[in-house]
Amino acid sequence: MKPFDYVRPASVAEAVAAAAQPGAVFLAAGTNLLDLMKGGVSRPDRLVDVTHLDGLDQIETLADGSVRIGALVSNADLAHDATFAKSYPAVAEALLSGASAQLRNAATVGGNLLQRTRCAYFYDTASRCNKREAGSGCDARDGENRSHAVLGWSESCIATHPSDFCVPLVALDAVVEIEGSNGRREIALDQLHRLPDDAPERESALEPGDLIVAVRLPPAARAFASHARYLKVRERTSYAFAIVSAAAALRIENGKIAEARLALGGVAAKPWRARAAEDVLRNVAPTADAFQEAAWRALEGAKPSGDNAFKIELARRIVVRALLLAAAGTPARIPALPASPFASISGAIHA
Amino acid sequence: MPELNLTSAPAHLRHGSNIGQPLTRRDGILKVTGQATYAADNHPPGMLFAVIAVSSIARGRVTSLNVAAAKRHPGVVDVMTPDHKPQLAIDPEIKTNPFVFRMEALHSNEVRYANQPIAVVIAETLEAATEGAALLAPRYETLPPLVGLDAGESFVPPVVGVGNPAENHRGDVEAGLASAEKRIDATYETPPQYHNAMEPHAIVVQWDGDRLSVDMPTQGLMLSLARIAELFGIAHDKIHIRSPFLGGGFGSKGLMGGPPVLGIMAAKLVGKPVKLVLRREQMYGPVGHRAPTRQRLRIGADGEGRLTALDHHARTVSSTFDDFYEPAADASHTLYAAPAIRTSHDAVRVNTGTPLFMRAPGEATGSITLESAIDEMAWACGMDPLAFRLKNYAEVEPMTGRPFSSKALRACYEQGAARFGWAKRLLQPRQMRDDAGLLVGWGMGTATFPALMFQAEARAAIRRDGSGVMEIGAHDMGQGAWTALAQIAADGLGLDVDRVEFKAGTSDLPDAGIAGGSAHTATAGAAIHSAGAAVIARLADLATNDERSPLFGAGNAGVIARDGRLIRRDDESRSESYSEILARAGVAEVEARGTGAPNPAAMEEYAMHAHGAVFAEVKVDPELGQVRVTRMVGAFAAGRIVNPRMVQSQLFGGMIWGMSFALHEEAITDRRSGRIMNANLGEYHIPVNADVPPFDVITVEEHDPHVNALGIKGVGEIGITGSAGAVANAVWHATGVRVRRFPIRIEELLTQL
Repeated sequence: MKPFDYVRPASVAEAVAAAAQPGAVFLAAGTNLLDLMKGGVSRPDRLVDVTHLDGLDQIETLADGSVRIGALVSNADLAHDATFAKSYPAVAEALLSGASAQLRNAATVGGNLLQRTRCAYFYDTASRCNKREAGSGCDARDGENRSHAVLGWSESCIATHPSDFCVPLVALDAVVEIEGSNGRREIALDQLHRLPDDAPERESALEPGDLIVAVRLPPAARAFASHARYLKVRERTSYAFAIVSAAAALRIENGKIAEARLALGGVAAKPWRARAAEDVLRNVAPTADAFQEAAWRALEGAKPSGDNAFKIELARRIVVRALLLAAAGTPARIPALPASPFASISGAIHA
Repeated sequence: MPELNLTSAPAHLRHGSNIGQPLTRRDGILKVTGQATYAADNHPPGMLFAVIAVSSIARGRVTSLNVAAAKRHPGVVDVMTPDHKPQLAIDPEIKTNPFVFRMEALHSNEVRYANQPIAVVIAETLEAATEGAALLAPRYETLPPLVGLDAGESFVPPVVGVGNPAENHRGDVEAGLASAEKRIDATYETPPQYHNAMEPHAIVVQWDGDRLSVDMPTQGLMLSLARIAELFGIAHDKIHIRSPFLGGGFGSKGLMGGPPVLGIMAAKLVGKPVKLVLRREQMYGPVGHRAPTRQRLRIGADGEGRLTALDHHARTVSSTFDDFYEPAADASHTLYAAPAIRTSHDAVRVNTGTPLFMRAPGEATGSITLESAIDEMAWACGMDPLAFRLKNYAEVEPMTGRPFSSKALRACYEQGAARFGWAKRLLQPRQMRDDAGLLVGWGMGTATFPALMFQAEARAAIRRDGSGVMEIGAHDMGQGAWTALAQIAADGLGLDVDRVEFKAGTSDLPDAGIAGGSAHTATAGAAIHSAGAAVIARLADLATNDERSPLFGAGNAGVIARDGRLIRRDDESRSESYSEILARAGVAEVEARGTGAPNPAAMEEYAMHAHGAVFAEVKVDPELGQVRVTRMVGAFAAGRIVNPRMVQSQLFGGMIWGMSFALHEEAITDRRSGRIMNANLGEYHIPVNADVPPFDVITVEEHDPHVNALGIKGVGEIGITGSAGAVANAVWHATGVRVRRFPIRIEELLTQL
């Protein structure tokens, strides 16, 4: 393994300063970063370990009704926080459908947001990858690409963002709090991840040294709690990334949808908020027809980037199903197989 | 390695016999407490770490390696390359016997497949060796690789599997097809698959002059020893291999591959103990895999659903430099009573590591296609799949006409179907739904695997204190050899299992043969049984020839061994304990050897196979195409069951593997580079716990007087066969969509649902 410096800053300010230099990266749980380092995909000069920083592992309800999740809260702790899960059930369900129990115990909220794509060509250092090495080319474009992007991709990159967690977060207008060299700022999660265009190596809006310290869900996000689901299709029940996933949340008043939220996962380089679909669901009855229309809107502009045309049709069907499930109401308990089309099957071992 | 402390949990049920009892694993406590020492757990003083550098191209030549950069890296001790390595005694490309496969021992700069070892970096730490390997930054002269089943001109291999003819036929297949009222002609594809044992290939090597000590997981201690001896030009008795536990082998640790040889070379080069462990992705190349196949089945049946012809052709691949051909079509030799059967193979050469035996080689790939095709034929005839199979039940082995040594398949069908509730199945596909609206499908498959025997030897002794010893270089790959073979030993010695010191897993013990072909318990068991009988005979000689013994004059045939005593057969009141006999004779112990081997006369006369019937239920989301197996029942007849608990685990494991074959496993090869793009357990999918439904295994009683003295047929591989096809057929029954490319993927179902 390439030798690297390891520093453990005592404060957020020290961490930001330590990570601002070229070649430095933050280390939280390392569930993605350490694999990347072992594979030679990431070869940092300096690891800035933020796991010991104080005050980043809290789940707080703020005065305005927002919930603020510290960047070091583990995926498992957040999903199993009863108050949180009750208020944001789709987020909890997405968390529990991700990775494996062991990984969820280790992985952090901040790290999840910044996990790298699972494109095999990104991981394979013998392949060309514009994301790993700017300007080198993209071997995925004509390669084995059944799982690649169908929205927002470019000729230089067809990778997807693999997070489950981010999908309901972006649907619920989550905000990311960032500590940087110039102090604290915040941006919408929807603005955090970048589409590739001609610079896929720039994956986020973060500048060197920027540290995500918290994710915040606004008060309005609670209003969807009784009609919110996450649905994830994949060929293995656990420990597999989504082929396509969707988070759907509805605010239903007097039998009509007052407001809808919809986002897709596994289809683009970022969690894909489908605002056009949300628009057609305003003030209509929650019917299958309306959801079909929304599904078509959600996939407008989608095109295959390889052997993945099926993902477009699959995504439409997942959107319809996720909306139907949301309309039917959030279940009292998260199913043993979270986010699975087989959630209704009894006797399943917990994923 | 310290002595193993094997234990058995108390309160085992025993009624006079150890064989047949569901003893828990004697190595279980060691394993769950982390005390079982696997090869890579050994750290002799002064040990260095070796890391292999592998080729990133699949075909061409290494033109340069930056050895200087690697050597400059702190901690790196040496870099072994084709230009700097110890000489081997013989060319590793020479096949000195049919069980030798060509390996890369840095004897050339040529690259023949991706992940081929091209150098070894030896360092004081694993980290330094790993970085040293990265710093080698190889340059290549690259040629376009040969990839896939259509990579080049096909040819008919001289043999497939282990010495099977590539083509077989009985009767006139074309005439049978021409006369058929119903026909199917279907082509299926199966992907390359990798063994992915949980324990990676590992070796810890210590040279002491010309003596060699090796810790290495192996399914074939003596084959490995012989191969090391010839490669390094040293005598067999100078080599000591320890392999007490394997974290899975599945065929990939059966024959000596290149990586452990490189470990031995590295230790020789640096003159210190060396450990070499493959990284997961490095297991996708030099240590074998299951080759991809494309199989065409043409089947004909008459108006009553009786087969008229079965034609099974398989295309497969081998490497560009060696020969192993997945004998997929041979699966059609034994199961269905067609009057005309033809099986044939052809192959192309591709830039891949040489394919090898992988759990049920040929049987697994051939079974999923044969069982799918039989299902298609049953549907074409408008018949229930079980009724169709019974209609074509083979009373003798179809390809040879030989009678079966035993065949309880009918009972497997009956008991499995009853347990599953098969009679309630609707004939038409896509008719069954559950309360949630999910499509429900029921499918079945017939399981079969040959009952093989190899050669083995064992040494038995009875000691003055009345305890017994059984020594055999047997292999525990996780299947439970430490337990099952000790049970056979205990019965052979007429002792309780706790009174037998059972030694296995090292190369200084008698040769147990290879742990493969589902034949280890039968082969090693036969040797143990015979050694036990021989040592009891010696003990009986001592007693019956001594007039001071109550057994005097009984003669060998008149004595039985039980609970540490010899007992006169015709008068059980006359008996004597082992220790009394030995004490009076004034000897510390008696010993004897025994052998186990196939019986050529019986093999000539009988077809010997284990059988089974597997029934599967799947549910399929009707819009999203995701498939879930919700229930499986397997009924298997495999002769005598030595340990029902271990056997059930083996069959569970096989059934899970079958489900994995149908729905999950696939190595994805980039068609341009020949590189495997999912060489890790995150992306190479095998089922996780949450995928595995409640399984039900029935072991059907079967007595076989011909296979071997103990009547054991073996259970290691049969569980895959039948199961894969049962799942695939259930998917069809749920959806009406016949997917002929495995694993079944969502996109194939989605467009047709």
